[in-house]
Amino acid sequence: MKSIIHQLDKAFENRIRLGLMSILSVNDWVDFNELKSLLQVTDGNLASHISALEKKHFIEIRKRFVGKKTNTTFRITKEGKSAFEDHIKALEQLLKSGV
Amino acid sequence: MKKDFTLWYKVKNMNSNNESLDTLRDIRAMMEKSSRFISLSGLAGVFSGTFALIGAYLAYWRTNQAAWVVRAQDTEFGTGTIERIDWSVVSFLTIDALFVLVASIAVSYYFTRKKALKKGQPLWGPYSRQLVLNIAIPLSVGGLFCIILFFHGLIALIAPSTLIFYGLALLNGGKLSFEEISYLGISEIIIGLVGLYFKGQGLIFWGIGFGVLHIIYGVLMYIRHDR
Repeated sequence: MKSIIHQLDKAFENRIRLGLMSILSVNDWVDFNELKSLLQVTDGNLASHISALEKKHFIEIRKRFVGKKTNTTFRITKEGKSAFEDHIKALEQLLKSGV
Repeated sequence: MKKDFTLWYKVKNMNSNNESLDTLRDIRAMMEKSSRFISLSGLAGVFSGTFALIGAYLAYWRTNQAAWVVRAQDTEFGTGTIERIDWSVVSFLTIDALFVLVASIAVSYYFTRKKALKKGQPLWGPYSRQLVLNIAIPLSVGGLFCIILFFHGLIALIAPSTLIFYGLALLNGGKLSFEEISYLGISEIIIGLVGLYFKGQGLIFWGIGFGVLHIIYGVLMYIRHDR
């Protein structure tokens, strides 16, 4: 059983990161405020999880100007998507084995 | 917006029970919450349908009191140049329709807000905004279309036209919410087209479309999603 548990990605252990990846895996670009309201977290909390996932190259960040305001949007990378799919597969394996 | 549905359905169809299941449930809930507005309440449909039936009955009662549209040539019901029109009936129908509209919007707002709070989904978030926009555009076009019909004296075509445009609006918005909304849209379009063919019976089809269908789909959505 240990082998399956090792396949679970440590990067997704946190619920907020898991939520972030779930949202980004079924959407295209999503902006910061949308993520904040969907996950119901504070700015700082969300930012730290975003930067952790970005460091692993699981998500990419795009900054633009909309009028005078900056608009930051996020998207899942190919790497992030396959890592997240593997994570879900591992969870599924765990369920099948009945752990 | 591009979406990946394959992964979503994969997650949707997984089942069993323990901690990993909870995690999968969280993932699934977040995927659904982030891509569709799922706080529409079935009860809103039931109440709106009831208001529509009351409104349709009042309209039927008022228009049957006396002939309110006199036409130059009474060749066919609902068409031909209008010679005289009873404006008190027109204003009665307008006020009647406005009451149905306002009451329906008010109950829909109430139940949707309640459900959004329960589901933890923002009432006025990116998805509800997109849903409202997708519904509002065809609906506004339909509203203007019906006003123009009225000015041309094509009164009998108004009720079925409201059904058709409302159905198109729901079909347009359905992909952003529950799939029942799309089916309700298709049903409204069908009822509207049938009503257009049997013109003169507009009020009956209007009552079926806005009253009966809303109640049926409202109950269905309540059973499936609200409990």
